[in-house]
Amino acid sequence: MSVRPEPHGIRDDEIGDAALERLLADTWKTPKGVWGWFATVDHKIIGRRYIVTAFFFLALAGLSALVMRLQLARPDGRIVSPDVYDQLFSMHGTTMMFLFAVPVMEAFAVYLVPLMIGTRNIAFPRLNAFSYWVYVLGGLMIWVAFALNSGADAGWFSYVPLAGPIYGNGKRPDLWAQMVTFTEVSALAVAVEIIATVFKQRAPGMTLDRIPLYVWAVLVTSFVILFAMPAVMVSSSMLIMDRLINTHFFNPGNGGDPLLWQHLFWFFGHPEVYIIFIPATGFVSGILPAFTRRPVFGYLALVLALISIGFLSFGLWVHHMFATGLPQLGESFFTASSMLIAVPSGIQIFCWIATIWLGKPIFKTPFLFVLGFVFTFVIGGLTGVMVASVPLDLQVHDTYFVVAHFHYVLVGGAVFPLLGAVYYWFPKITGRMLSERLGRWNFWLVFLGFNATFFPMHVLGIQGMPRRVFTYPDVMHWSAMNLFVSLASLVLFTGFVLLVVNVIVSLRSGAIAGPNPWNAGTLEWATPSPAPGYNFLRMPVVTHREPLWHKPGELLVATGLRADARELISGTVADAKPQMREPSPENSIWPLFSAIAVGIAFVGSIYTPWAVVWGSALSAVPLVLWFWPKGTPEDEE
Amino acid sequence: MRERRVLSVGDLPTYGFGSQSPMWWGTLAFITLEATGFALVIGSYFYLAFLAPNWPLHAPPPDLLPGTLVLVLLLVSEIPNHLLNRWAKKTDMTKVRIGLVVMCVIGFLPLIVRVFEFGELRIAWDTNAYGSLVWVLLGLHTLHLVTDFGDTLVLTALMFTRHGYSGRRFSDVSDNAFFWDFVVAAWVVLYLVIYWFPRLPA
Repeated sequence: MSVRPEPHGIRDDEIGDAALERLLADTWKTPKGVWGWFATVDHKIIGRRYIVTAFFFLALAGLSALVMRLQLARPDGRIVSPDVYDQLFSMHGTTMMFLFAVPVMEAFAVYLVPLMIGTRNIAFPRLNAFSYWVYVLGGLMIWVAFALNSGADAGWFSYVPLAGPIYGNGKRPDLWAQMVTFTEVSALAVAVEIIATVFKQRAPGMTLDRIPLYVWAVLVTSFVILFAMPAVMVSSSMLIMDRLINTHFFNPGNGGDPLLWQHLFWFFGHPEVYIIFIPATGFVSGILPAFTRRPVFGYLALVLALISIGFLSFGLWVHHMFATGLPQLGESFFTASSMLIAVPSGIQIFCWIATIWLGKPIFKTPFLFVLGFVFTFVIGGLTGVMVASVPLDLQVHDTYFVVAHFHYVLVGGAVFPLLGAVYYWFPKITGRMLSERLGRWNFWLVFLGFNATFFPMHVLGIQGMPRRVFTYPDVMHWSAMNLFVSLASLVLFTGFVLLVVNVIVSLRSGAIAGPNPWNAGTLEWATPSPAPGYNFLRMPVVTHREPLWHKPGELLVATGLRADARELISGTVADAKPQMREPSPENSIWPLFSAIAVGIAFVGSIYTPWAVVWGSALSAVPLVLWFWPKGTPEDEE
Repeated sequence: MRERRVLSVGDLPTYGFGSQSPMWWGTLAFITLEATGFALVIGSYFYLAFLAPNWPLHAPPPDLLPGTLVLVLLLVSEIPNHLLNRWAKKTDMTKVRIGLVVMCVIGFLPLIVRVFEFGELRIAWDTNAYGSLVWVLLGLHTLHLVTDFGDTLVLTALMFTRHGYSGRRFSDVSDNAFFWDFVVAAWVVLYLVIYWFPRLPA
C-alpha cells in the first residue's frame, strides 16, 4: 500500500458547537508573539497588513504630490530643484500605481474573497504570505533609494532612452526596474491564488451564476494580471540588461528599438488601469445592494461587461503612443477599440443607476462614495473618449489635460469606490463602525477637494501647460489657476487626514458592529466581526445569490470536515460540487525567509549579473524548507 | 445564526489529481503567465526582426546540432514523464520512485548540452539586439530547465522518505510532470524560432 490510511480525526459533526469552536480556534490560530506575527498564513491577517501597507504608500505618494503642488503654487517656484522634482513625480506615479493601487485592490481581495465564497483560507496561503513580504521589501527598497537621492526620476513609465544606459542617472532606473520585479512577483502570486481560490474553493452550491459580483470582478482582474504583468517584467528586465550587461534591446544603433519599450510597457500599462478599475467596480456592485435594499440590477450583463472589459483592455495599449508616429491604420484600430471599451463600462454604469432607481437608497458614507464615483468617473470616461481620437490626443498629449483625465479615471474610478469599501468593510475587519459624521465630512472634503484640484487641470492643459515641468514663468498666465489647484489640493489632503482620524478614533471607541451591521446578503456577513481564524464554524452551503437574504437567520451548512486539522472543501469549477476535503497549510516562517533571499537576489542583480546565479542558490534553501513536510496533521493526509 | 445541516462531505477524499486539485490549477496559472512571458519575448524578437534590414543581424544562423539534441532529449523524456504521471495517479510507490530517478537523470542531460548550446548561437549577447534576444530566449528556457530539475530532485528525495506515503505527494508528482510538459512544449516553439526562423528563405 503506497498511501497510508488517513486518520479519521475529530469531525465537525461529532462534537457540540462550543467544543467545535474551541478546537477550530486552536487549529487555525496564529500564535501570539514575534514568531506568530512573521509566520502567519491567515488570509485576514495578511490582507489587513496589505491594506495598511498600501495606505502607508498612499500617504508617501500623496505627500510627494503635496510638495509638487507647493512648488507649482507660484510661478518660478524654487522650493525643490528640478532634479528632486523629477524624482518626486516619478516616485508619486510609481508609488501610486505599483505600491498603492494594485496592491490595495489585491489586499481587499485577499481579505474578502475567502469570506465571500465561504471558505477557510485562500488557496496557497504560504505563497500569499510570501507575496506580502516581497511587496514590502520592494516598496522599502525604492523609498530608501529615494531617501538616498536614488529615487526613480524618469517618470512612472521610465521611457528609454531617458532611462537607458546613456542618459539614465546612476542606479536610479535600475532600482525602479527592480521595484517592478518585486511588485509584479507579488501581484502575480496573488492573482494565481485568487484564481485557484475562486475556481476550487467556493461554498457548495455557489455555481457560476451565484458568485458575488465583487468576486467576479477580482477573478477577471486576476486573469488580466496573469496576461499583462509579465510584459512589464520582461521589459524592465531588458532595461536592466541593457544597462548592466550591454544588451541592445532598446538601442537603435545596434538593431534595437526604443519603441519596443513603449509597446511592452503599455501592453502591461493599459491593462494596469483596468487591474485597478475592475476591482473598484466590484466594490460598487458589492456595496450597492446593502444601501438600495435590493440585488444589483442586471447581474448577467454586469458579469459579461466585466469579462469583456478584461479582454478589451488588451486592445488599447497603442493609444498611449499616438504621438510616436505609428502608421495611421494602426492608430485608427486603437481609436476604435478605445471607444469600444466605453460600451461595457457604460453598461455597468446604467445597471448601477437602475439599481439605485429601483431601490430604496440609504445615504450612508459608503453609498455617498459610490455616488461620488459615478459622477467623477463619468467625467473621466468622457475625456477618455475625447483623447481616444488621434487629432485631439496630439493636441493635449503630455499636457495637464491628460493629467486631469487620468486622475479622474483613477481617483474617480478606483479611489472613491475604495474609500466606500473601507467604510463598508471596516466593521467586518475590525469589529467596530467608522463614525458616520466624520465619514460625511471625509466624503465631502475629498469629493469637493478632488474636483477643485483636478478639474482646472483640464483647462490648464488646453492652455498648453505641459506635465512634468518643475516650474513655469508668470507670462504664461497659468499662475492664478495653479494657485487655486494647489489650495484645493490642501482640501483634498485634509479629507484624507480625516479618514485617518476616523480610523484611529473608531478603532478605540467606534460603535460595536456585530456580524452584519448593514444587513447585507453575502457570506462574509454570516461570520462574527472580525471573523475568527477559521472563518466559519461549519462550511456554508449556498442556494441563492444573496444567501443571507434568502432565509434570514438561517445558514445552510455542510459538515464532515476535520476540526483538529486545517481542512476546507474543494469542489468543481462550474457547479461548486464538493470533490475533496482539501488540507490547508499550517503557518510557516519560510515564506518570509524566501522573500528575504529572493529580495537579496533582486537587489544584488542591480549591481552584478552574477547575483542571478548565487541569488537563485540562496533562494533555493528556504524554498525547499517551505515545501518540505513537517509532519503536521495536514501533511500526513 | 441558526445552522441547518444539508450536506455531509465527511467521506470525500483528501487528495485528487489533475483538475480536481487546486494545485493543478495553480500550476496551470503559473504556466499561463510564464507562457505569456515567452510569447512576449518571442514577439519582441519578431518585432525587431521585421524592423531589421536582414536577419539574423550580422551573424550566421545558430548551429543546429546542440539545439536539436536538446529537442530530441526533451521529446524522449516525455515517455518516462508520462509513465511517471500514470504511476503517480495509481499511487504506485515503487514505480514512482523509479520514474523520478529516471526523470532526474533525463532532466540533467539537456542542461549539459545547453552549456555548449550558448556557445553555438554564434553571437554574443552584447553584439547586437539579435544576439541579446537569442541569449534571453535561451536563458529563459534554461531557467525553466534548471528550476524543474531542482523541483524534481527535491520531490525525488521526498518520495524516498516516510512523507512520500501520502496521496497529496503523489498528486505533487503528477503536477510536476505536468509542468515538465510545459517546459518541453515551450522548447519546441523556441527551437523553431531560434533555429529555423533565421533559416527561412527571405
